[in-house]
Amino acid sequence: MPDHTAPGSFDVAIIGGGMIGPALSLGLLERGLKVCILDEGDDVLRVARGNFGLVWFQGKGFGMPRYVEWTRRSAMLYPEFAAELREHTGVDIGHANPGGLELLLGEEELAHRQHYIGQIYQQGGGKEYEVEFLDRKQVEDMLPGVGLGEDVVGASYSPIDGHVNPLFLLRAMHTRFQQAGGTYLPHHRVSGVRKNGAAYDVVTEKGIVSAPKVVIAAGHGLRELGPPLGLDIPIRPQRGHILVTERTKQILPMPISAFRQTVEGSIMLGVSAEEAGYDDVVDTSTVAKIAERAARTIPALRNLNIVRTWAALRVLTPDKCPVYEESETHPGIYAVASHSGVTLAAVNAKVASGWIAGDPAPEQFEAFGVERFDAQKTA
Amino acid sequence: MLRRRHNDGKVVKITIDGEAVDARAGESVAAAVLAHASGATRTTPVSGAPRAPYCLMGVCFECLMEIDGEPNRQGCMVRVEEGMTVRRQQGARDMERAS
Repeated sequence: MPDHTAPGSFDVAIIGGGMIGPALSLGLLERGLKVCILDEGDDVLRVARGNFGLVWFQGKGFGMPRYVEWTRRSAMLYPEFAAELREHTGVDIGHANPGGLELLLGEEELAHRQHYIGQIYQQGGGKEYEVEFLDRKQVEDMLPGVGLGEDVVGASYSPIDGHVNPLFLLRAMHTRFQQAGGTYLPHHRVSGVRKNGAAYDVVTEKGIVSAPKVVIAAGHGLRELGPPLGLDIPIRPQRGHILVTERTKQILPMPISAFRQTVEGSIMLGVSAEEAGYDDVVDTSTVAKIAERAARTIPALRNLNIVRTWAALRVLTPDKCPVYEESETHPGIYAVASHSGVTLAAVNAKVASGWIAGDPAPEQFEAFGVERFDAQKTA
Repeated sequence: MLRRRHNDGKVVKITIDGEAVDARAGESVAAAVLAHASGATRTTPVSGAPRAPYCLMGVCFECLMEIDGEPNRQGCMVRVEEGMTVRRQQGARDMERAS
């Protein structure tokens, strides 16, 4: 048994064992760096246990073309990322890239979606944007055997969209992390970080961990840890609900934004967005709304029993785009925050990790700093 | 093969996979199926492994069957009724109801 209680020295200390920290750690370990992940216990919010599992491109990055590029990059890296995880850990994260649909109910939704997608395209300066609109007949051809509700008028479609089993992804990343020599330290709640010579002392409930580089990938924990370190990033919790049906024969050949069928046959239904502070308790009226929309979209879903439901709290920035920032006041301390931990896992492992290791920042990162929030405040 | 210890109840006629079967009033569908024939009463959705009623008290969900056209019902939690149609379930259910 590795000794999980002994504090020590590392090249990089990552605060947070969710979707982002472990993904970053894999790229760092590949470079031969000594890495630890400081995690808490299972009594905390555990946002990374609540994911829906989309690897989603269409509609992301409104107002930020760099985020569109970054998301595309991650989707493109996913097949290789998933294959490596399977090869090393034996865990199949169930990645599939069959394309994805967002079904639109009524002409008003269609017009709104066309306008929104059109704006993202224009913001990209006319560069290729792989989203197209399908009419009802084209959607029916794409979903043979699926009876669409009468309100379905069409869909937006992207061949880049896909999905993954998010719990297997988390497990595979943690397994690979330990396999590759990373040190996982659960029950090491971090109370603060302080400068100590050329390195930082990360103060935990079980002692001090020392590293010249510290990554805060702590989800909502960033609100507390960031400000004293020059990383005052205005993230907030946004609650989302997910419903899971009993297993059925395979019927959905691709994820439909708010619905997706797992490899095992369950259909997952989402995805709500409520401002509820840090309350992650399931709200039955929201569950009813999700079920109602699902049944309007695909009426046969009414026949299925719901076997599980939960709520989790997204880590949301004001513009819904990610933050990758190195502190100006505390060089070597990085903050990474995003509600797209699943979609971005591949690019975090393969590219963002290099930035922490000392490579020049990827060109997309010019858009991902925190100064944009100051501009929004004064605008 | 399972046998009823008390076989004096009123006969309730049901069908199991199309076969006419005499069940007994008051017994569960799972009990009626077990008394009729031994062996698996379903196969699982993912691996196709054979399963049969186990806990008989609504907890383990091993006794899932199609009852009167509705799949995935817990056979141990439903009492037999005259004319009931019961089917063993192979793999995952359909999204649409069978009838």
